[in-house]
Amino acid sequence: MTGIVQHPRHLCALGGQQSVAAIERAIPILHTGPGCGFKLHTGLGSYNGFQGGGYSGGATIVSTNTGEKEVVFGGESRLQSVIDGALKIMDGDLFVVLSGCTSELVGDDTEHIVAEYRRRGTPIVFAATGGFRGNNIIGHEIVANAIIDQLLEPRDIIPGLVNVWSSVPYHDTFWAGNLASIRELLAGLGLKANILFGPNSGGLEAWRKIPAAQFNLVLSSWTGVSIARNLNERFGTPWLHWPTLPIGGIETSRFLRRLQEFADVDTTIATSFIEEQERSFHYFFERAADFFLEFRWDMPSHFATIADSFYGIGVSRMLTNEFGLLPLHQFVTDDPPEEFHESIRDNYAQIAPGISSNISFTSDGEEINQVLRAVASSPPIILGSIWDRDIAKEVGGCYLSIASPMTDRLVTSCSYLGYNGGLRLIEDLYSSILTSIQ
Amino acid sequence: MTTEIQVTPKSVVRQEPGVTIRERRLGSITGYSGTPDELVKISLAGQLVERERSFTQAGTCSSFCATLQLSLIQDAVVINHAPAGCSGDFPMFNLYNRYGQGKRKLDQTSARLITTNLNEHDTIFGATGKLLEAIHKAYSTYHPRAIFVTASCTSGIIGEDLESTLDEAEEELGIPIASVSCEGFRSQVWATGWDAAYSAILRKIVRPAKIRRPESINIITFIGEDYFSELLRPLGLVPDLIVPFTKIEQLETVSEAGATAQMCSTLGTYFAAGLEKQYGVPEIKSPPPYGLTGTDMWLRELAHITGKDDIVEQFIAAERNAIEPELEKLKKRFAGVKAFVAAGPSHGHSSMEILQDLGMELVGSCMFHHDAKLDHGDPAGDTLRAATTGSGRMTYSVCNKQSFELVNLLRRLKPDLVIVRHPSLAVSVAKLGIPACFVDDEHLGLGYRGLIRYGKKIADWFRNPAIERNLSRHSALPYTRWWLEQQPFSMLGGEV
Amino acid sequence: MSTTVEQPRQFCTLGGQQSVVAIERAIPIVHGGPGCSNKLFSGMAFFNGFQGSGYAGGNAVPGTNSCEKEIVFGGETRLREVIDGALKVMDGDLFVVLTGCTADLVGDDTATVVSEYRERGVPIVHASTGGFKGNNYRGHELVAEAIIDQYLQPAPKVIPNLVNVWSVLPYQDTFWAGNLQAIRQLLEGLGLQVNILFGHDSGGIEAWKKIPAAAFNIVLSPWTGVSIAEKLEQRFGTPYLHYPVLPIGAVETSRFLRSAGEFAHLQSTQVERYIEKQEAYFYHYLDRSADFFMEMRWDLPAQFINISDSFYSLGISRFLVNELGLKPGRQFITDNPPEIFLDGLVNQFATLADKVSAKVTFTHDGGEIAKTLRSEVFDQPPLVIGTSWDRDLAKQIGGYHLSIALPITDRLVLDRAYVGYAGGLRLVEDIYGAVLGTY
Repeated sequence: MTGIVQHPRHLCALGGQQSVAAIERAIPILHTGPGCGFKLHTGLGSYNGFQGGGYSGGATIVSTNTGEKEVVFGGESRLQSVIDGALKIMDGDLFVVLSGCTSELVGDDTEHIVAEYRRRGTPIVFAATGGFRGNNIIGHEIVANAIIDQLLEPRDIIPGLVNVWSSVPYHDTFWAGNLASIRELLAGLGLKANILFGPNSGGLEAWRKIPAAQFNLVLSSWTGVSIARNLNERFGTPWLHWPTLPIGGIETSRFLRRLQEFADVDTTIATSFIEEQERSFHYFFERAADFFLEFRWDMPSHFATIADSFYGIGVSRMLTNEFGLLPLHQFVTDDPPEEFHESIRDNYAQIAPGISSNISFTSDGEEINQVLRAVASSPPIILGSIWDRDIAKEVGGCYLSIASPMTDRLVTSCSYLGYNGGLRLIEDLYSSILTSIQ
Repeated sequence: MTTEIQVTPKSVVRQEPGVTIRERRLGSITGYSGTPDELVKISLAGQLVERERSFTQAGTCSSFCATLQLSLIQDAVVINHAPAGCSGDFPMFNLYNRYGQGKRKLDQTSARLITTNLNEHDTIFGATGKLLEAIHKAYSTYHPRAIFVTASCTSGIIGEDLESTLDEAEEELGIPIASVSCEGFRSQVWATGWDAAYSAILRKIVRPAKIRRPESINIITFIGEDYFSELLRPLGLVPDLIVPFTKIEQLETVSEAGATAQMCSTLGTYFAAGLEKQYGVPEIKSPPPYGLTGTDMWLRELAHITGKDDIVEQFIAAERNAIEPELEKLKKRFAGVKAFVAAGPSHGHSSMEILQDLGMELVGSCMFHHDAKLDHGDPAGDTLRAATTGSGRMTYSVCNKQSFELVNLLRRLKPDLVIVRHPSLAVSVAKLGIPACFVDDEHLGLGYRGLIRYGKKIADWFRNPAIERNLSRHSALPYTRWWLEQQPFSMLGGEV
Repeated sequence: MSTTVEQPRQFCTLGGQQSVVAIERAIPIVHGGPGCSNKLFSGMAFFNGFQGSGYAGGNAVPGTNSCEKEIVFGGETRLREVIDGALKVMDGDLFVVLTGCTADLVGDDTATVVSEYRERGVPIVHASTGGFKGNNYRGHELVAEAIIDQYLQPAPKVIPNLVNVWSVLPYQDTFWAGNLQAIRQLLEGLGLQVNILFGHDSGGIEAWKKIPAAAFNIVLSPWTGVSIAEKLEQRFGTPYLHYPVLPIGAVETSRFLRSAGEFAHLQSTQVERYIEKQEAYFYHYLDRSADFFMEMRWDLPAQFINISDSFYSLGISRFLVNELGLKPGRQFITDNPPEIFLDGLVNQFATLADKVSAKVTFTHDGGEIAKTLRSEVFDQPPLVIGTSWDRDLAKQIGGYHLSIALPITDRLVLDRAYVGYAGGLRLVEDIYGAVLGTY
């Protein structure tokens, strides 16, 4: 999709800077104009759940702030001077240089410069993230692959160690909580998740352990597939691609059973964990049943998700299979590469036996609005980003922010993934509806 | 259009406070098991007797019903003369109030509800002083047009003299202050609470008509939205939905209307009959307008009373035609579907009509009480008979919401779908894995177009009963295996 | 003192029915009028975060539905009928008969009727909870005390490190289920064995039977539960720790854990290690939000007002003052604490932090609360943390609003918790979500 976009939900490949900021004690160094770092932090961090800069992000981001001089005469010496300064001033374990539009367009040989530092023993890599290359999800993959290609060495396998490629840091507003949830779920099966981003994720040491994993888990519809393929080529690591984000009881159990099978986890351990989690989930499900059954007369029965393919299918499956709602129309906004379109369509075609959803691959606000106006014959539930509040109101629907950009919520450790994540999503969704009617 | 009439010298027809409970006034019962045909027959013959259960689960009381109606009058205040627990339903009334205001595009404000919060001291020394204090508080905070004081088990047992206290306050403040005799223990039939609320309104609020407004039709309702306009406006009539979301001024002049109708004869029987007997407003005695035949009959009686005979047949024919294609689709959809209704009469009977018109087969029904007759006394208004012509041999029982009986019965009957009214029952049905449709807005299904709206709504849930499926897989029913092996009515004693 | 009340935030002693419902496989039997059980389910559970029937609550609760006959002639025969039926029909491990106003006013001898069953070996107790006797906080205590007095036996020996927890009230605290789970996890994190007694996986009657074997009781509450712990001390000699502040966020939770660790004679290194890990988690997220707090401060509410029970008024005040640096406005305490606890509570609010104190009003009358707040002058929009009743009031005084206390009709609550480290983060998200949602 290369059309004009009203109300963008994604930024550019340089947004990979946020993925670096999410690695413990990693320092992003931007080789780009003076505004990029701030704009990306604003759009992917601050005005998206009010996520702050953390250790090395936000206003702390190192940047060459290239001006006319660098555009005309080249920015390589500026880059060297900033890297030198960063190595002296910034207390970090890993340095990632990201190139922006200007430096790539003028042809700075950033790769070579960075390689020189690396040759001298500095843990530094270069990610070619010129903004025009793609969106920030692509940028996330570019960053990860850069670290893998330029820094990692083969290691002995550690059984039970699983690298997780899932939530895109910052872009997924709930990424930190979500990754922690994945870690907990895998721990329940006796697996050790290497979540790589977020608090307690281990920083450079964790990244160096990547080649030691028993397998890679790609828990998303497409983000991370290129990383897993790369790791498979480089280190022979097998990988499991599970394209449906597990939200709620049914999906999480389904996911865990598949994982148990793939990882060859002891059946007793897995069954015991799953059963315990299901019992707890169902205690609350049962308690909420009175509400769902008795309020459903007046509540919307159809829903639309306007979100990344990451969330869209997971939310659709929970709302349909767990809570009896029906899918109206789903908008896939993360511009998945062509090769994934068919599998994504297939996924939406079988949300539940006999129940499928029409979908649109688009992130253009105007297109989304037009479709919704046409299909919403009764007030629907709409889960999207802040851009979608108005259309929700227009079609008389109920609304919850779950996707970026999100400016009507402060997000800290909230997660929508897993058993508890499903309960959290249902609480937030129906609380939003209840508040609006009073 | 209005008509001048003579004003009588007496301004308000006074009556004694209180209302005779349904068990005595209408021969109502809460225990029966048999068939509709049999129940209709013995009711008509005046031979209906109560059967009591040795084991019972939580019922509902008159206080709840009375307050539900009164708390939604927008410019009145309700004072519950009771200990704090009786105000357990206040948050519910508040939500209904705000939600309903939102739907009617009124300002959303909290319901005006006060409890006198009786404590041990009050039960020994009496609390009329406190009651007066509450009345003054209500008056100074809200400047209401009227105040209703609902009695409680406690106020009844300790013998609080509500009448003289309220008379005194009324004298001082110059607004109607009405007692509502809805002490819970007085009646097992919680519908007595509605009668108590309406009795207070008839006694203290309604005034003799100064003019007549024959085009205005009183419609006694719960909190459903206005779908009555669909049926009335084409006939040149205007619905006046009472009592929730009205103001006192509106209630003062209900005596001016051309007729009174009800969305549920069980709800409105006392009020409608009272308006006819005391103020000459004719009551539409046909069953409420649900289902094809039901709507035909009701419209014809309404037209006859209001002088619209000449246009009603055309309207009926046009409406029936309009829904025909969609109705056929729905009937195909629901062909072979076995349904059960668990609700209060007579709206439950109306639901039975709707389901049958949608092509479903009724395998049974359970109503939460049964009135042997209605206040107008005319057997033509028998909603059970109307709903079960042709299906009068189905399993039919009466219980005051006893979920242990209902669960046992449904396990045997195995319907494909259950319509449930009354909170907290749907979940018991759902735990059996049976799609449980809790019908909140009762008006959605009325009339001809209502059949289609109702059918579509049910069809959506029926398509994806995920909640019921998941509950039945993971939840336990709190009943012993022993109970589930007994006959469903084995706790129902002999005739009392 | 009992005054007339507008906008009730608590109900009567018969509300103890919900505490029975919260014990796994326990069945309440209500000997009272036909409406009581449903009204209390409605007010305490359903129209309070939409907490539903669960196993044997809601319409499933057996009851005598007493009518005129029982008032005039007494209800003991009826009661026996219903108990007989319940024992046959209801699949439960413990039966608790609760009396309503009617039974207590007409003088039914419920205690004797119930004890006859108990003598025959039925696990059944009776709580005298006629509604006019007090509020449902007291009702909760009466239910616990009834089980303790009538059913529990001394333990042959004490189980070291086993601790009973007496904390938030089932159902009354809309977030009780999540909160109790959080408390359990925290104490287990210290290495204690926790008898949480209410809620999912709390062990039902077997857990209650273990009460006398505990090494000690923790009363994690400003006052509800103290009488239970005192009774247990009297009957079984079990000591108790009374920690009067509901721990929300890191500062208070760490303080509580240290206090519990010390009382339990745990190794302080073990306790500190656990605390350090939890604090690292909490502060990672709170610090990440610092940009938000610093940059939006101009527009965010600086002053907060709590309108809730002593659990939350105090717990949230301590959290917002010590963790977010907010200023306390007037605090309203709505659970009618007994006289002996009032000074202690006032003192707690007087010492929220160094040089930070708050004025307290003890009332549960919505009319009085509204009158007081409308007469105050606010330079900036305050944050009103209360109940769904307080929405309009918050609007009228130009403030923001979040419902966290009974009744909550504008939120669906499942396992959300506000207690503990993660709980504090949840509260921060919800408070600022409520503010941001208005933009």
